[in-house]
Amino acid sequence: MADAALANGASEEERVAHGVEIRNLYKIFGPNGAEMVEKVKGGMSKTELNEKHNHVLGLNDINISMPGGQIQVVMGLSGSGKSTLIRHINRLIDPTAGEVLYGDQDVCAMNAKELREFRRHKTAMVFQKFALLPHRTVIENTVYGLEIQGVNRRTARKAAARWIARVGLEGFEDHYPNQLSGGMQQRVGLARALTNDADILLMDEAFSALDPLIRVDMQSVLLDLQAELRKTIVFITHDLDEALRLGDRIAILRDGAVIQQGTGQEIVLRPADEYISNFVQEVNRARVIFVDTIMDRGEIVEGAPELRQRMLLEDAAKLFAETGQDRANVLDKTGRPIGSVSLQSTISAMVTPNTH
Amino acid sequence: MDWIEFPSLGRRDLRDLRLTIDGAFREFTRAYGPTLERAFEPLEDFLVWLEHLLIESPWPLVLIGIVGIVFLLSRNVRIAAGATLALLAIGYFGMWEDTMRTIAVVTVCTMVAVIIGIPIGIAMARSDRMQGIINPILDLMQTMPSFVYLIPVVMIFGLGKVPGVIAVVVYAIPPMIRLTNLGIRLVDPAVLEAADAFGSSSFQKLSKVQLPLALPTIMAGINQCIMMSLAMVVVASMIGVKGLGQPVLQAINNQYFTMGVMNGLAIVAIAIIFDRATQAYGKRLQKHSEVIHG
Ligand SMILES: Nc1ncnc2c1ncn2[C@@H]1O[C@H](COP(=O)(O)OP(=O)(O)O)[C@@H](O)[C@H]1O
Ligand SMILES: [Mg+2]
Repeated sequence: MADAALANGASEEERVAHGVEIRNLYKIFGPNGAEMVEKVKGGMSKTELNEKHNHVLGLNDINISMPGGQIQVVMGLSGSGKSTLIRHINRLIDPTAGEVLYGDQDVCAMNAKELREFRRHKTAMVFQKFALLPHRTVIENTVYGLEIQGVNRRTARKAAARWIARVGLEGFEDHYPNQLSGGMQQRVGLARALTNDADILLMDEAFSALDPLIRVDMQSVLLDLQAELRKTIVFITHDLDEALRLGDRIAILRDGAVIQQGTGQEIVLRPADEYISNFVQEVNRARVIFVDTIMDRGEIVEGAPELRQRMLLEDAAKLFAETGQDRANVLDKTGRPIGSVSLQSTISAMVTPNTH
Repeated sequence: MDWIEFPSLGRRDLRDLRLTIDGAFREFTRAYGPTLERAFEPLEDFLVWLEHLLIESPWPLVLIGIVGIVFLLSRNVRIAAGATLALLAIGYFGMWEDTMRTIAVVTVCTMVAVIIGIPIGIAMARSDRMQGIINPILDLMQTMPSFVYLIPVVMIFGLGKVPGVIAVVVYAIPPMIRLTNLGIRLVDPAVLEAADAFGSSSFQKLSKVQLPLALPTIMAGINQCIMMSLAMVVVASMIGVKGLGQPVLQAINNQYFTMGVMNGLAIVAIAIIFDRATQAYGKRLQKHSEVIHG
């Protein structure tokens, strides 16, 4: 990554992006969606609605509070309504009922002009299939957002060049998308979105089309950028590992409804139902759960070996194996002990998936 | 067995009907003919000017000009060389002037078709209703024998260049419109969604995304349009358009076999030159438009 770009990160870090509140959001695809909302509120299922009334239940009473400056992951199997949900935030899809609040503005109540301004200045989007403009070079793609805002060409190009460098594509400015690999194309997609300098970054399965190694690479790029930019990121994925790695908070969708939301730790430790348990079973818990998630808070043992907050169960197990002890203290960021974990609880948390 | 006879309008009624319609049209012609003729004067002036330019300028300059344009479009030395040879042969066999007239007519017709056709194609792409209305009209234009619509055109404008241009444009414009419509409709919806997500206005979407991406298809429409204009040259010569069509017509009437073949070949040669040049240009436009994932 270009170090020069990091220098002006500091000022941006101060400004915290607004969050996004989604309230009682319904989307029903079909000619009489509005009439069907009552039926869905009355408890009609997606299958029933489809069979009896030929309407598709896209979203069912979604309530999510997406925190400002953090990464909100939305996870679910294919067809669960993830893409539909994220497209409501910039209203590429109109809701059947409900609100999407950004600060005190309701996106669903905006007129065409307000919506265009909102999309131009407050949101930017990265797509699963990149959706680059094939007739434009990398830099021409990257300036697109600023170009349609009417920003003058030189300023726009300068900003674009900076973000192209920041995502590691320096030297490829004049290449066309079809001359680049998938990973590189998505870097262009990311640079294009970042150049807009918007509070909200919407990423619909942005890394799903990439090879596993490149995918992990891109996750690191995103986390690096986020540490500096503190945008409100909505990240869609169907992959739990990706969700756990990126998400400050995770919401899980099924048949258009949220069936659990919380931090990754909460979801892995206490899956709300069998559907989620099945997801969570595949996870390597030793490498996901933090020691502070399972520690006995306040219980500190004199002379015990020490672990740091945000260390993983795997680190604890290694420490127990090396020292032969069966309890270790957990220190916070400042080095103050805040609790302890036992060998017993570490092993239990590593091997016992909560069954339903 | 009266009922076995086909129920038809009486001979007298039919004649009255024809007379009424023809009469009304004649009235219309008398009332608006001069106005319409005046409206088309700039077009005629431009055509005359272009013809003069091509015929009166020294032939080497014209040759260099045409070959230069062909090369700029195709970026292909072989196509440019082929064009040079064909034009030299045309001149050698004494068909230079007629060829220049034909090139002038085809150029003007294509320009008119582009200017009218692209906006109609855009309107069609933007609304399914519009498409539903225009499509049958285009079908009609393409299937109606060209002699039939020559009649009203000649009634209004008489014989000459303008009715010729109109007849050729009517015949050649449908592919222009259809391919513009198709090109815009074929633009990847994912790319359009991205344009929307960044807050493009519908004009920005049209000018920055849809038209550039439809350009190769539109180019194919222009190519078709040129080819069909050339095909119309012989028919148009019947109503007074000068050029390679007239000697062909003369050859038919007098059974001059060689004259017919030579002028026919000249038309074919120009057609091939224009076709190769515009196709190569279309291919170049398309170079980056194929999306490759991976
Ligand atoms: N335009 C539409 N018309 C009808 N049904 C739709 C439309 N878009 C999405 N759906 C349906 O809504 C559901 C959710 O789709 P989507 O949001 O694309 O899921 P995901 O992104 O999680 O795979 C699916 O059942 C899908 O078939
Ligand atoms: Mg999706």
